[in-house]
Amino acid sequence: MSEEQKLHDDLASIRSMMERSSKFISLSGLSGVLAGVYALIGAWLAYSILYPHGDFGGQREYLTNGVFDQDSIPDLLFTPIITQLIFIALAVLVASLTTGLALTRRNAKKKGQQLWGKTSKALLFQMTVPLLTGGAFIVVMLLKGYFGIVSPACLAFYGLALVGASAFTFNDVKYLGISEIILALFAAVMPGYGLLFWALGFGVLHIIYGAVMHFKYDR
Amino acid sequence: MKVDFSKLDKAFENRVRLQIMSVLMVNESYDFTSLKDLLEITDGNLASNLKALEKEEYITIHKSFVGRKPNTTYQASATGKKAFQDHLNALEQLIKQQKS
Repeated sequence: MSEEQKLHDDLASIRSMMERSSKFISLSGLSGVLAGVYALIGAWLAYSILYPHGDFGGQREYLTNGVFDQDSIPDLLFTPIITQLIFIALAVLVASLTTGLALTRRNAKKKGQQLWGKTSKALLFQMTVPLLTGGAFIVVMLLKGYFGIVSPACLAFYGLALVGASAFTFNDVKYLGISEIILALFAAVMPGYGLLFWALGFGVLHIIYGAVMHFKYDR
Repeated sequence: MKVDFSKLDKAFENRVRLQIMSVLMVNESYDFTSLKDLLEITDGNLASNLKALEKEEYITIHKSFVGRKPNTTYQASATGKKAFQDHLNALEQLIKQQKS
């Protein structure tokens, strides 16, 4: 091997080590696309439950009125509709996580990166803190009757989680996070359109950014 | 054109040492097992190269326990960071010369 060749190999190796030691670069773009598709299917199911007559875009009045009479909250929370919605949300979550894990494991193998190493642990920890905070916050607000907060709060806390976690993975994740936060703020000023914003944030944005990341890094 | 390799740091001639320093430049600290997994080398190989860097005082070693398991982490020293920067600058110069 010539000295010149060694120089270039040295530089390539420095660069690769700096990146691989500090960033989890095995995140699969394709799993983002699929998570988006699941979210859209989920949103469509939720829509057909909430608007059986297809009056899309009609603002849901009781969501915009804010707080209710405290005694009526349990009746509103524990209806068959809410149970169905929770079931859909959980199904979307589990399907997305399973697909994400499987595809990311495959990617990690291909790139020679550990699936459960220093970088993926840091990434997960960064995401867990805002997500758990958001989850608890939403549950508390639901119990208090602020139904309209669910969609903007989901988007906002998820966006914050992504921005924080982006330090440990591709930079694109930061822009996805910022987009989610912007969407959350729009959802907050336009109560009653929660499902639409939820579908845009968790469906459309995931598909767009997942596709970008797939073509940039996975091929 | 004749290329001058004398400015390169001899400690970084070895690829493993160069990689260890690269890792410690961008991470506050890194532990033995994670380094081993990342570099995909044997315990012995990694230990001897860490020892060499320690002898140059390019890295510092911190031993502690996580539960009952010993946990050794490594950090780049100020000297080490400076040496690595100089080495990078020398590499840059060499590549520029090659192009001209």
